[in-house]
Amino acid sequence: MAALDELTTPAGDGDTVCGVRARLVAAPADTAEAAALIRAAQGLSVVIRGGGTKLDWGPPPRELDLIIDTRRLSGVVEHAAGDLITVVKAGTPMSELHGLPGQQLALDAPAGATAGGTVAANASGPRRLRYGTARDLLIGITVVRPDGTVTKAGGKVVKNVAGYDLGKLYTGAFGTLGLITECVFRLHPAPAAAAFVRAVAPPGQAAKILAGQFAASALEVNAAPGAEPELAVLVEGTPAGVRERAAAIAALLDGEVSEQAPDWWDVSPWPDGGVGIKLTGRLSQVPALVATAVGAGATVRGSAGAGVLYAGFPAPNPSPGPATTGIGPSSPGPASSSATSTSASDSSPTAGSTGTGTSSPAAVSTGAGRSSPVSSSASTVSPVVGPGTGTAEGTVEAGRAIELLRAAAVRAGGHAVVLTAPAGVRETLDMWGPVPGLALMRRVKDQFDPDHRFAPGRFVGGI
Amino acid sequence: MTGIDALAARLRAEIGVRRVLTDRQELRTYECDGLAHYKVIPALVALPSTVEQVAAVVRACAETGTPFVARGSGTGLSGGALPHADGVLIVTSQLREIVEVRPEDERAVVQPGVINLQVTKVAGPHGYYYAPDPSSQQICSIGGNVAENSGGAHCLKYGFTTNHVTGLEVVTPDGERVRLGGPAPDTPGYDLLGAFVGSEGTLGVATEVTVKLTRLPETVRTLLAAFASTDQAGAATSAIIAAGVVPAAIEMMDALAIEAAESAVKCGYPAGAGAVLIVELDGPATEVEAQFTEVNALCEANGAFETRIAADDAERALIWRGRKSAFAAVGRISPDYIVQDGVIPRTALPAVLHRIGEVATEHGVRVANVFHAGDGNLHPLVLFDDSVPGQAGRAETVSAAILDLCIEHGGSITGEHGVGIDKAKHMPRMFSDDDLDTMQLVRCAFDPDGIANPGKIFPTPRLCGERPGRRQGAHPAQAAGVAEIF
Repeated sequence: MAALDELTTPAGDGDTVCGVRARLVAAPADTAEAAALIRAAQGLSVVIRGGGTKLDWGPPPRELDLIIDTRRLSGVVEHAAGDLITVVKAGTPMSELHGLPGQQLALDAPAGATAGGTVAANASGPRRLRYGTARDLLIGITVVRPDGTVTKAGGKVVKNVAGYDLGKLYTGAFGTLGLITECVFRLHPAPAAAAFVRAVAPPGQAAKILAGQFAASALEVNAAPGAEPELAVLVEGTPAGVRERAAAIAALLDGEVSEQAPDWWDVSPWPDGGVGIKLTGRLSQVPALVATAVGAGATVRGSAGAGVLYAGFPAPNPSPGPATTGIGPSSPGPASSSATSTSASDSSPTAGSTGTGTSSPAAVSTGAGRSSPVSSSASTVSPVVGPGTGTAEGTVEAGRAIELLRAAAVRAGGHAVVLTAPAGVRETLDMWGPVPGLALMRRVKDQFDPDHRFAPGRFVGGI
Repeated sequence: MTGIDALAARLRAEIGVRRVLTDRQELRTYECDGLAHYKVIPALVALPSTVEQVAAVVRACAETGTPFVARGSGTGLSGGALPHADGVLIVTSQLREIVEVRPEDERAVVQPGVINLQVTKVAGPHGYYYAPDPSSQQICSIGGNVAENSGGAHCLKYGFTTNHVTGLEVVTPDGERVRLGGPAPDTPGYDLLGAFVGSEGTLGVATEVTVKLTRLPETVRTLLAAFASTDQAGAATSAIIAAGVVPAAIEMMDALAIEAAESAVKCGYPAGAGAVLIVELDGPATEVEAQFTEVNALCEANGAFETRIAADDAERALIWRGRKSAFAAVGRISPDYIVQDGVIPRTALPAVLHRIGEVATEHGVRVANVFHAGDGNLHPLVLFDDSVPGQAGRAETVSAAILDLCIEHGGSITGEHGVGIDKAKHMPRMFSDDDLDTMQLVRCAFDPDGIANPGKIFPTPRLCGERPGRRQGAHPAQAAGVAEIF
């Protein structure tokens, strides 16, 4: 067995995960080398790093000895165009897979993201409406288990029910079950034509698109305090079909057809150092979710067609002061006026269809620091602000905003997950929130990683 | 009193006398599923009508270490619902409530005994349907579909059961009721829903299923194209895919399958065809019309000597009738047959079909080919006469050789029928011991005692006993209250 010091190098200043610095870094070149590394690293705590675009998602690791960097595990191993599949190493940039000759891996990802990282984080973008997410597009996978065993699941054909579908288990596991070294994806033909329709329209209008015969590839919402909400629709297909459907959608939404996506398309609505939250819910509850998040001061983007939204708050102020850039509505005025124009449910005292335990409009538009209406409105969720943070007003605000959004997401039948937050705030939050089936998940983790060495503490329930 | 007698007494008290069967004649009704040459009479059959009753039965099994097998409509083709001789068969067909239909959320919630086609029927008036459509959709249950990750002719475009289920309530093998997923997508945590779908009843019993409803397409166009040979039909299939068209379905039948279908249902396919393709396109009208013209031209360019276009639903049903009846129809031309289910990369179709023909000739049996050409899912029907000594054995040999071909070409030993009891022995040809061991880590998490559908999928069960270094109880950080707040 190769010695650990032959396979690793000392970590540098940049080799940190959410502020936790590693001791060692390794960048294996293939699956065999990765397996040798992991066998040599028994006893060490490990975090896997791809392009690093989502490395700040989730809580910091409890411990961190070794970062395994996947970027040398790169390249398209096979592109079987006639079979519409590709086999790629985990560190392959997604950008390479978006433009295979005549075909595409139809899974949106930011510049720099790798295939393995996109799968591990179950990240997706606007086109998930038509093409699904990594769990739908991944048909085979190679993983090195925490004990160093190399294991495969699935295969190279789209239709395959032999054995457990472990690809789905590894998808979205955030590297807690092992190291993904190779992925097999289903591909789609590149569309002959595509067009966007952009409209100033409340998110409730999205239902008209879904109920129509437009076969939209994406249906995105963009809303922010003090701004008119927008919808944007992507249609793909034959040139004549795209022209016709785009025109019909533009007429329906009173929008305009564009070759270009709006500049907010597939852009996370939080700045570096801000707070990013993923919100999910029933399709019919998307307008209410958007209204609640905007009312709390967030910029909201995401798929109104799939019920997956992202809410972003700017970085909290380092010290108490005018809350114009902090979490929470900057003032009751713009927030309540935008909420009124965003959704009927927020302008109505009964809060419309948002169900039981709704936060009242007054609570939604309550400014930072006025704690009682907010906390009483979100009484179904226990306070998440930990001891010793009360002095940082931004931290308290973040906790309250997340409580509010989490309660709204639960009412909508979904979840609110804090993807990222600045240091100081992150530690005080329950980033994942309550998760059904957690006891079973712990048992799965215990089977794969009995010593809890892979991404310790980064996943749901402290897994 | 034997163990089973005691269990029967307990279950009669808990779920009702009429819901527990132990009479041998009554038990015999359940001795097999759709793969009828495997037969085992269960020790007890439970017919629960509520989720609480399912949980009670499983709990009783867990407490007594009794194996259990869940069964829906019993249409499975891999022996996945084959009973255990010393165990309990839990029949879920009494759980048949449609809990809710929410077109505004594109979701329906149903109990596991609900029939597949019934979901489409209740969603239809709202303009929606349930996309997975196994050939048995008039009788197969949603619970069975979840267990087997059922596909169907239209999964080329729409995917399988796993792509259309967003939430489950399951009873785990220790009798706990657990929710996995929900009405919204991307539930945080491990995708145990994704692991459960297709686990063939080895991880527990699904008791409630939240499914996606799909918008009914504006237009559906169906084309039947007749070719002189399967080579030509295969080339046309490749040309359609290469042109960037993703049809809702591309199905192929060879001459022998056509002959069987004609004799059974008089589907009136073009005379003298060596192969027919059924191509269905659906979606917005303008898209479908443009692609339909292209598909028609590609079929003709690849040698189609006749193409027929369904003018209405009745003509479409006629075209499909031959295909959907094919399995049963071979009974008209052969006393016995084996239905095989394997997958190859689509591009290997011509080579594999030739080799199947050669192998069949070598062994003196006939093979009728009916398959989902679009995704390379073969359903060769190996015909034989069990009354002729040696034929059954030769048919088995040919059937196994077909699976060899699938594996050689990088495919799969099952595309939609599942592993069950029938193909457990073939799993090591597709997966290494480590691969199978890893799958069973999940099994150990759900079912450490191995009482849920034992003997299925895995040729060798993994012992889930203690491993060195395995931590018992809560993680120290969790016990200290640290882990939970992260």
